[in-house]
Amino acid sequence: MIRLDKVTKLYRGGHEALREVSLDINPGELIFLTGHSGAGKSTILKLLALIERPTRGQLLVDGRNVGRMPAREIPAYRRQVGMVFQDHKLLDDRPAFDNVALPLIIAGLGRREIEKRVRAALDQVGLLDKERQVPLALSAGEQQRVGIARAVVARPRLLIADEPTGNLDAALSLEIMQVFRRFNEVGVTMVIATHDLALASRISGRHVALDHGRILDDGSGRS
Amino acid sequence: MAGLFTHQLRDALATLGRLSRQPVATFLTVGVIGIALALPAGLQLLVEGGRGLAGSWNDLRDFSVYLKPGTGIDKARELSASIGGHEEILDVRLIEADSALAEFGADPAFGEALRALKENPLPHTLVVRPRPEATPEQLDNLQAELGARPEVDLVQLDTQWLMRLAAILEVLRRGIWIAAVLLVAAVIFIVGNTIRLDIQNRRQEIEVSKLLGATDAFVRRPFLYIGFWYGLLGGLLALLLLGIALLLLQGPLGRLAALYGADFAGFGVGLRTLLGVLGAGVASGCAGAWLAVSRHLSAIEPRV
Ligand SMILES: Nc1ncnc2c1ncn2[C@@H]1O[C@H](COP(=O)(O)OP(=O)(O)OP(=O)(O)O)[C@@H](O)[C@H]1O
Ligand SMILES: [Mg+2]
Repeated sequence: MIRLDKVTKLYRGGHEALREVSLDINPGELIFLTGHSGAGKSTILKLLALIERPTRGQLLVDGRNVGRMPAREIPAYRRQVGMVFQDHKLLDDRPAFDNVALPLIIAGLGRREIEKRVRAALDQVGLLDKERQVPLALSAGEQQRVGIARAVVARPRLLIADEPTGNLDAALSLEIMQVFRRFNEVGVTMVIATHDLALASRISGRHVALDHGRILDDGSGRS
Repeated sequence: MAGLFTHQLRDALATLGRLSRQPVATFLTVGVIGIALALPAGLQLLVEGGRGLAGSWNDLRDFSVYLKPGTGIDKARELSASIGGHEEILDVRLIEADSALAEFGADPAFGEALRALKENPLPHTLVVRPRPEATPEQLDNLQAELGARPEVDLVQLDTQWLMRLAAILEVLRRGIWIAAVLLVAAVIFIVGNTIRLDIQNRRQEIEVSKLLGATDAFVRRPFLYIGFWYGLLGGLLALLLLGIALLLLQGPLGRLAALYGADFAGFGVGLRTLLGVLGAGVASGCAGAWLAVSRHLSAIEPRV
């Protein structure tokens, strides 16, 4: 269980990106973070990945305040968080296989296990036949699917995605969202930030609406 | 433990593979390192060889102690024994006045003149051979000490040229040390700069790896291995260059040594040189990598 408890984030320069945001992320949930540009969607994801730290308030994972976690423990924490980016952040000079294998290499798995898991992940995103291709030889949608395969291959306890369909047309966007949905159905907890309300509304999940650093509606039906 | 080792070995070989994929750049870096290491090592070998040669000119370091005329043979033997007890001295040979005369008398150039004399004009003489490791300073002190003895008339020792040679070799030796330190520093900078560029080129990979939970040690490791390989390959190249240079010098040096009647053992690359060059290469390669990594790697944090 992951909980943001009255989290305030001030960026350097004093800009208040989040103000006393409280949010529970339950295991197995699929959460869409929506809101206008600058609402604080990416900031929440960056906090969950410990790329940024809360200025005030607590970020609790299983009761532990990871917001104050020492820097040397961050790598181990991040290995439990899969990340998907709008620009997918694949390594351009490596084939799809190597890109997907990277989290497993970092985790120190053996070669056999890596091959098995990478093939399974590529199979799940429908790219088993493209494992030798470098990202540039793949379409935008395929690149993003490689990105998703990389994010799930190490079986993270949380997957975060920041505008994963930002570069894709409507049809491809829906297809990518359905890929996320399928992973969520097998138990991966997800937080996806998107400004595309129409797209998000076509996928069943919890919708959390942000506005100027505050939660308007946390989608739990309680507010 | 064994698993960790094979892991490390695999990583090391993987970085070697990475180097082999950019053969030209790798060769240039390794070439510069090799030359930088070969230079001081080669000069060092030459100077060591020179010292060996100087030390092996034993008969040139022999000196004669002429006793005062009229010193008895018993006294001469006593003196010979006492000088022989010195630690700088290898051997003392007594040439008795009579046998010196006989030797000279056999020479047609002197024979006539000597036979005209009533008495033997030659004194007893001691020919002293110092130990090879005795320094010119020690020989000088020895000369002064022997010259002060009442029975001794004259000590003939020409250490001037030996002192000069030793002084020149000492200057060279120091110079080589300084050059070696500077060149090793140069190797550290070369490796450091090469790896700094490598880090810049791999910025994206480093950022992504950190996002995916790579530790600093994980990100650092391949660069340290690259430094290690640069150092090792540079060291091997330096040894190869040394070997070729010595092969080319072997003939002329042998002839030079023969001219001086020195027993010339040759200038092989000994185990010490081998380990020294490889050790210096690996150490400076790793040091350069470490410098680059600690200065430039921590600055790369993922930006999202
Ligand atoms: N590194 C930063 N330094 C300073 N201010 C920042 C930084 N990152 C974000 N901000 C500010 O914080 C606010 C929230 O930014 P955030 O990126 O979370 O918004 P967002 O909801 O993701 O917007 P978008 O839909 O445009 O991606 C914005 O006003 C932004 O300008
Ligand atoms: Mg954003």
